[in-house]
Amino acid sequence: MFIAHFTERPYQDPKSGYFGATGKSIKDLTLSNEIYDPELGANLYNRYLDEKLYAEEMGFDGLMLNEHHSTPFCMGGAMNIEAAILARVTSRAKIVLLGNIIPIWDDPLWLVEQLSIIDMISRGRLVSGWVRGTGRESVAHNAPPPYNWERFQEAHDFIVKAWTTPGPFRWEGKHYQYRYVNPWARPYQKPHPPIWLPGVVSRDSLMWAARNRIPYIMLATEMEPTRQAFQLYHDTAAEEGYESGSQNIGYLWKVHVDETEELAEQTARKYVQGPSNPFLAGNEGTTNRALVSLPGLTSRRRVLPTRDVATANRGGMISARPFEEQQENYTIVSGTPDTIIPKIRHVLETLRPGSVIFWDGDGAMTHDDQMRSLRLMGEYVIPAVREMGKELELFSPFEVDPASGKPFQPETQAVAD
Amino acid sequence: MTTTSQVWTEEIVEVAGTRLQLVKGGSGDPLLILHDEIGHHATLRWHNALAQSSALYIPSHPGFGASPRLDWIMNMRDLAGWYLRALDELGLRRVNVIGFSLGGWLAAEMATMSPDHFGKIALVGAAGIKPPDGEIFDIFLVTAEEYLDEVCLDSAAAPEFAAIRPPEPEPDLVEAWAVAREEACRLSWKPYMYYPALPHLLGRLRDTPALIVWGAQDTIVPLSAGELYHQSISGSRLEVIPDCGHRPDIEKPDEFISLIQNFLAD
Repeated sequence: MFIAHFTERPYQDPKSGYFGATGKSIKDLTLSNEIYDPELGANLYNRYLDEKLYAEEMGFDGLMLNEHHSTPFCMGGAMNIEAAILARVTSRAKIVLLGNIIPIWDDPLWLVEQLSIIDMISRGRLVSGWVRGTGRESVAHNAPPPYNWERFQEAHDFIVKAWTTPGPFRWEGKHYQYRYVNPWARPYQKPHPPIWLPGVVSRDSLMWAARNRIPYIMLATEMEPTRQAFQLYHDTAAEEGYESGSQNIGYLWKVHVDETEELAEQTARKYVQGPSNPFLAGNEGTTNRALVSLPGLTSRRRVLPTRDVATANRGGMISARPFEEQQENYTIVSGTPDTIIPKIRHVLETLRPGSVIFWDGDGAMTHDDQMRSLRLMGEYVIPAVREMGKELELFSPFEVDPASGKPFQPETQAVAD
Repeated sequence: MTTTSQVWTEEIVEVAGTRLQLVKGGSGDPLLILHDEIGHHATLRWHNALAQSSALYIPSHPGFGASPRLDWIMNMRDLAGWYLRALDELGLRRVNVIGFSLGGWLAAEMATMSPDHFGKIALVGAAGIKPPDGEIFDIFLVTAEEYLDEVCLDSAAAPEFAAIRPPEPEPDLVEAWAVAREEACRLSWKPYMYYPALPHLLGRLRDTPALIVWGAQDTIVPLSAGELYHQSISGSRLEVIPDCGHRPDIEKPDEFISLIQNFLAD
């Protein structure tokens, strides 16, 4: 079992008018950065780094970061910078990037270099995930949405080659062309850092991950469609001629633990207040219909069962799932250690992921809210979940090779030294 | 209106290495109609009117309608190059052409590459030029329905608005819009809806009769782009239709029909 911590790092500005239950619109693409306060930004970036340090201290195996652009719900517009800092200031936890939005960049060689440097500074603790990005990422960096999937695949092939094949070599692809590929930075892990793929919507992406034996992480989706999507992964793996298991799948969802039931409920309600991600759960933010269905960004037909739940019918409006409903269907798990541990067990038994990522400290939650939860995670929740993982035989991709289904031998652990 | 019931045929023709959906109707000299970024989905009054004296050829560009996409076509100049071969194979030489919006851009690119392929050229609210004043409306940051709601100055008063934008569009039409927008997106994403060299290349068209038609209140492609088209094509005529948005053909059909008929008859 691999246990990681995640927050979107929301831009929380009590003065802005959209923090908390004010009803003021935070619709995508309509909010000007005129209101952005760098002093506040400085506090928040340092706060979120401090929380990651404490998460490592409390025993999390992984510190997850993500990236979005031009939006207040996630301050990770340059996630690799945060990752590079964590590489230096942490010592044990994996740095899990879910992930770099590879189709939006015209120069994936720069990612090859950045990620190799992070892997070296962390001495082999990088988990390098890829994502395709939401519409706002394509718009913010002006990448053509209909070529998103082609560019994703070509950028992946290029990056893996640049990590594994001694240069110089040429790359004359459809979307990327280089005449001199010879980066003076190579990954610490051999053959290269593990690659994971998180997702919600695209059947193409999930099946691609299964075919490439890349672990797939489902993001905050409901139980039954998530189980169906994981089954599609396992079926695809079987067709591909290998046996996938818990090591191939991960699940990220909202888990907050607190000192009392009252405090837990009061704090967990903050998940759906403030600029938390309007894509993944209902809150006060509204998403732009055109951004959700940017032409050609994802196939209109080859979608996962999770997408039908995550988004409503034609037009792609996001269903605003109330807090109570999210609690009932386990997409928000909150309470004291005694009440949440059985709920986590239900999720593990239903989905059988080898990696779990607790999404906490988001929306309108304060630093104190997050620190209380991290402490209780360390004292009660993480040890209990580790035991469950053993009992339920949920192996992480660091225990069992997701490409072969065979346990790693200690001496073959993929580290350079 | 004097339109009689007009017979329209729709076929898939094998041309220039692919299959092309082609609607035809009318009699007279061929008149090529190049549709806009949303595709050709309705027969309008002006189609029937122009079919009285011209043989209309209305292809769906590769990647639009029932015409399969060609993977190697990644920008408007690729598409224009393909179309010139298609015109050769269809036997359309010195053909008259009307291009709307993105289709106007296509017509302009083709004409700069090979002016001799064309007789007269009419550009209606054509994209393709960076407007000296204002910006081309970002159609991909709104839905298809929201885009169509923007193409008329006063859609409630536009006689044929419901023909192109039914209040409750059928699923097939919604899908056809999505297909069209995806291909339009491939062709026009960056730079958005224009080719920087086009105004310079248009200098080649000095011997080609050209009519530039614009709605005075076009909010999709600003009138300044029409003025630059006019300046760039010597001898061209600019007709600005008052109280009209991006689609004069549906908002001011009578003026539109008579402008085109007179231009073709001259």
